[in-house]
Amino acid sequence: MEIGDAFAAAMALIINFESGLAEIVLLSLQVSIIAVAIACLIGLPIGAALAVFRFPGRTAIAVILNAMMGLPPVVVGLIVYLTLSRSGPLGTLGLLYTPTAMIIAQICLVTPIIAALTRQTTEDLWQEYAEHLHSIGIGPWRAVTTLLWDNRFSLITTILAGFGRASAEVGAVMIVGGNIDHVTRVMTTSIALETSKGDLALALGLGIILLALALSVNAAAFIINDAAMKRHG
Amino acid sequence: MDSSTNETLPNNVENKSVRILPLVLKNVSYEKAGMRLIKDLSVTFNFGSLTVILGPNGAGKSLLLRLCHGLIKPSKGTVDWCGPKVSVPQRYQAMVFQRPVMLRRSVIANLSHSLKYRGINKAGRTQKIDNILQHTGLSRLAKVPARLLSVGEQQRLAVARAWSLDPEVLFMDEPTAALDPAATHSLENIIGAIKKSGTKIIMSTHDLGQAKRLADEVLFLYRGRLLEQADAGQFFEKPNNDLAQSFMRGELLWWNRQELKPPEQLKERRQK
Repeated sequence: MEIGDAFAAAMALIINFESGLAEIVLLSLQVSIIAVAIACLIGLPIGAALAVFRFPGRTAIAVILNAMMGLPPVVVGLIVYLTLSRSGPLGTLGLLYTPTAMIIAQICLVTPIIAALTRQTTEDLWQEYAEHLHSIGIGPWRAVTTLLWDNRFSLITTILAGFGRASAEVGAVMIVGGNIDHVTRVMTTSIALETSKGDLALALGLGIILLALALSVNAAAFIINDAAMKRHG
Repeated sequence: MDSSTNETLPNNVENKSVRILPLVLKNVSYEKAGMRLIKDLSVTFNFGSLTVILGPNGAGKSLLLRLCHGLIKPSKGTVDWCGPKVSVPQRYQAMVFQRPVMLRRSVIANLSHSLKYRGINKAGRTQKIDNILQHTGLSRLAKVPARLLSVGEQQRLAVARAWSLDPEVLFMDEPTAALDPAATHSLENIIGAIKKSGTKIIMSTHDLGQAKRLADEVLFLYRGRLLEQADAGQFFEKPNNDLAQSFMRGELLWWNRQELKPPEQLKERRQK
């Protein structure tokens, strides 16, 4: 098939939003949004606490977190696979090749990103706030909640960065999800599969949707930040 | 305190009995990176008067305030609150910094944040905030994000925020250093009102005029040492310490006593 024809077919698929395509897109969004939400619950407090608390080994943890931002998805996939497989420690749960397994893998990928970026931006704000918060006698955990709230606009960018990572990776969800039709097939795994099968139209259509998603997520981050800067100084 | 004054004051002043004062510093030294920045300083702060810590830049004024407030710990010596409620001294203090720390929230939210952590319920907070906004002239700015205020307004908010905590002791670190005369004037009025409400104020400044306008008591600090502690009247008429005298005359204080003269003269002297 010519690339031009494939492109036209892809556009037709998108415009009609044909059910097979819709199913894949919705599952992708569902998996990534849940994964990012849970990663936020873990990563935001950890990142902010790392900025506020002083304890031995703090620098080491910060360095490790920064390094884990670049974890190779296939390696994470492999580790989660080993954990969830029949002979693994969590094998009895029978989660392998389910969307839950994919969510777990993406949580592992995204949490370090959110924690590391949160630590960086929160640390700057803490420098500014520390004396005032000490002065009014706030304990460290309440300082953490204050900092998370006051840092909310730059944290939106952090969260969207995590979402970008989750929705774009293919290695981890491929290994733990298995790319099973109607069950664990998401945009990235379908693109990989359809390309190797030669169904360029579907692959390209999904690719365009994925790009559009990345673009709108980044545009949203930019607009929110810009508006916040104007409103809050 | 009679009821008519009570109405003009924003805080609950009837229970302004002494709770944590006096504050006693004994032989306090503070070192950082091998430098002794506060040297063997002993002083007692008592209830009632407004104390101004005077001295050139680098004298240790800010460090002394932070040591008193407990933000930093002395390397040697002791800082003790000697009143009846010393188990929670932090509860009865507040501090205003040279550069106002503004939370990324509205004016109201800035006020309510610290009140909330002092355990004041919602109704109490609303009432206190209304009151304090009126007394500091910030009412019309209540909903504005604090970081969009002018520097003068920000400092007024910082002072309002500290005042709203109803402290027994309020520390202020050169609160007007970055302000123009108009903003300074309005802030000094607020400082006067806070003093009248029964709060002990300990503030630093290098502005002699301001010290004269506000001080009841003066501490003169130079290179980390307390050179003089005196009543304001006496200090401004004739300070005992020679360096304080030069400072009062508006002379620049050089690093050592013998170098009190400008460097050119020193050079000539050396050449001879």
